[in-house]
Amino acid sequence: MSEEQGKDGEKPVVREAPADAEREAKLKAAAEARAARAAAKEKTESEAGEAAPEVAKPPSPRQPELDRLAALIKSEVSESAVEDAYLNELNGDMPVIIINNSYWREVSRLLKEHGELQFNYLRNVSGVDYETHMEVVYHLYSLSTKREAAFKVKTERDAAAVFSATPVWATANWNEREIYDLLGIDFPGHPDMRRIMMPDDWVGHPLRKDYEPIDPEV
Amino acid sequence: MIRTEELLLNVGPQHPSTHGVFRIIVKLDGEVITEATPVMGYLHRGTEKIAESLNFTQIIPYTDRMDYVSAMTNNYVLVHAVETMMGLEVPQRAEYLRLVVMELQRVASHLVWWGTYLLDIGAMSPFLYAFRDREMIIDLFNELCGARLTYNYMRVGGVKWDAPPGWLDKVRAFIPYMENKLMEYDKLVSGNEIFLARIKGVGAYDAKTAIDYGLTGANLRCTGVDFDIRKAEPYSLYSKFDFDVPLGKTGDCHDRYRIRLEEIRQSLRILKQAMEQFPEGGDTMGKVPRVLRPPAGEVYVRIESPRGEIGCHIVSKGKAEPYRLKFRRPSFVNLQILPKLLVGETMTNLITILGGIDIVVGEVDC
Amino acid sequence: MQSWLNQPLTWGSALVLFLWALVFLFIVLGFVTYAIYFERKVIGWMQLRIGPNRVGPFGMLQTVADIFKLLIKEDTIPRKADRALFILAPVLAYIPAFSVLAVLPYTQNLYFADLNVGLLYYVALSGISTLAIVLGGWASNNKYALLGGMRSAAQMISYEVPLVISVVGVILLSGSLNLRDIVAAQSGGWFWDWNFIPQIIGFIIFIIAAVSELNRTPFDLPEAESELVAGYHVEYSGFRFAFFMLSEYVYVYAIAALTTVLFLGGWHAPAPFLAFVPGIIWFLLKFAFIVFFLFWIRATLPRIRVDQLMGLGWKVLLPLSLLNVFLTAIYLELFIKN
Repeated sequence: MSEEQGKDGEKPVVREAPADAEREAKLKAAAEARAARAAAKEKTESEAGEAAPEVAKPPSPRQPELDRLAALIKSEVSESAVEDAYLNELNGDMPVIIINNSYWREVSRLLKEHGELQFNYLRNVSGVDYETHMEVVYHLYSLSTKREAAFKVKTERDAAAVFSATPVWATANWNEREIYDLLGIDFPGHPDMRRIMMPDDWVGHPLRKDYEPIDPEV
Repeated sequence: MIRTEELLLNVGPQHPSTHGVFRIIVKLDGEVITEATPVMGYLHRGTEKIAESLNFTQIIPYTDRMDYVSAMTNNYVLVHAVETMMGLEVPQRAEYLRLVVMELQRVASHLVWWGTYLLDIGAMSPFLYAFRDREMIIDLFNELCGARLTYNYMRVGGVKWDAPPGWLDKVRAFIPYMENKLMEYDKLVSGNEIFLARIKGVGAYDAKTAIDYGLTGANLRCTGVDFDIRKAEPYSLYSKFDFDVPLGKTGDCHDRYRIRLEEIRQSLRILKQAMEQFPEGGDTMGKVPRVLRPPAGEVYVRIESPRGEIGCHIVSKGKAEPYRLKFRRPSFVNLQILPKLLVGETMTNLITILGGIDIVVGEVDC
Repeated sequence: MQSWLNQPLTWGSALVLFLWALVFLFIVLGFVTYAIYFERKVIGWMQLRIGPNRVGPFGMLQTVADIFKLLIKEDTIPRKADRALFILAPVLAYIPAFSVLAVLPYTQNLYFADLNVGLLYYVALSGISTLAIVLGGWASNNKYALLGGMRSAAQMISYEVPLVISVVGVILLSGSLNLRDIVAAQSGGWFWDWNFIPQIIGFIIFIIAAVSELNRTPFDLPEAESELVAGYHVEYSGFRFAFFMLSEYVYVYAIAALTTVLFLGGWHAPAPFLAFVPGIIWFLLKFAFIVFFLFWIRATLPRIRVDQLMGLGWKVLLPLSLLNVFLTAIYLELFIKN
């Protein structure tokens, strides 16, 4: 037993020397690489810095689409229905419009039924907990005009509620139930608001950022 | 007076034809369903919650386990979302490999559907024939990435493994083999009178209902709506290929059956073209930073999985982990129409309709 | 055998009869054992599988092992089941299945009871097993079992009618209800003298209705495993389940033998120059073919739907079988009577 321990104790000492050499070499190489990368980055940044002011970004071809959408909602529903409107550059300039929570019911109906928009296909509904507020994102697509857009509705974290879109798009039904289940956003006007994934007696909403399981063993 | 009672029947979660642990509570009047309430969540693993504490490469294996019959397309939707966010370039060879595995996966997935659907209808043998042919695809995948079901094959910026020597030839040999087998399937099953009587006119709905319920894939196209994301919003290399989108007319189970079989044929067509265009050499992994930190913002990408539109909505705060990751799962959305379709149908048609929707419970519950 | 039956019943003759029945029971059990093995092998080959091949040479003892497993299993009765009926049902299923075999003749000289209403006896007794299935389904106190039992009742009643009427043509042709006489009436020497050609409509209806009576694919609705899990025997296990299984295969035996007798000329050779082969061989060959046919369609066809099944039974098979009776009667009146 003691012999083995002795051996074990010795082993690292024997191994350490080559390992150290190896490690040093690696570290050196890594440092070199880092320096090179930093230099390259500086170069590109300086280039970009030079280039940026000269060529202002051309306006996106989808800008008019967004403007028209926002204008339509403003004129048809209310001036204050649109809180913000921008293009999501990361997502191929998808038009994104933030709708005031209190107008969402009318806006959703307008989006589906207005002859120019015809957003008849609700492709996705997501709920996001931003810690300061909750947000429900509706990704819409029109199978007749082939246009798409995202609409966001914000709501406060306590007593979060967004008017249900189920009467307009039947797709929203289970999606909203899932959001209610996992994020605790209520959807007044929903025909069957129950938990969908978690058991009916589950406490809390797991996808909330401040969620603490009632029983940590589970 | 005879006293009659409604019969409350629990179909599932352990039932041979609910394709996993899915449960429907049906109220029966004799054998006619008066009300159906789906209950799910038995396979809920909280993928979206788990993902919030993992970096993007670590999430890929979790996507395998969502739709375990079509893991490749799930892989793709995640890596594609991250690539879109970060604006990464994927090398040609890697993109071709991805496309080839996705189309093979579509064939494999439809074969599983075909076999299990006929098993639901009561024909045993086609199930085994379908699995014989699917086995060949599984073997191809096994050779490519060492897994038969949960591949974890794609990476942000490329794929994990290049095709081993001779692999492409095996894919080339598989295409005519499968085309022959498809003809055999048609001869064996597609004209069978009992089979046709079971599925024709069953579970029919019109295009408006289908769109309203957000159905995608064969469930939407059976009503005649021409919407295949591979055509409508081409991703990957699909714009380079010539293929048709099969459409139905009546929106019944028979149309869905026909469309899925035809989709296998179209996938083989794509594979054939891909094999001709396949680039000789090149990288399989693009230039990707060591730690993937997508810029702050959000992205929603969608692709056509065998079951319909699978989407990935990522909200990032510029960290290595997603702030919120939501999958739009086609099985989950398509299943919503089930209670509506079941009212007034018999117990037997419940199985026919449920099978026709083609769900994978791993995806329904996520 | 006949001489034994005609004697006054003494203790001695009763014992002999009992022993004969026992011997026959073992023959039937042997048949069931190997019919199941055969079915699994045949369907296995049709489905690109090997089938049982582990227990005994070529897996020949697989069924024996299965039966043994069923026999030593714990006997479970659901707490809320109707105990008495639950126990009675499998017995009631098996007794008629075994009793109908008494009237089946195998060759000119090999038969048990030579009943002059043999066919009627068969049909009457086999109807009882419906009762057993409904009883089993109801007594289990399980909703799937109940649905299976109800389906079975509806199905068997609907198909019993065309089954019986379809053989009326045969009875008219041979002028007897005695199964031996029916075979004797087919002894033209050639296979076209057998009933299945003159009675082609009756033959087809008989086969369809018989498959339905057997609850086999494509008419296996009472136990449709993809819908009703296992139907009427969902709560049964062990020995009681074995009895249901056993009576199902005994009926396969009975129907195959009956079809041979009624339509395929019994023990007659298909051509005069083949008459040197013993009749029992011909009987067994035809019998085996019918059994194979039943397995074959099981591997081939999907399952029919309840309403379609009812529609087929009442709207197609029943009118056709009545038409068959009518046509046969006209034929007899015009050509044979004079």
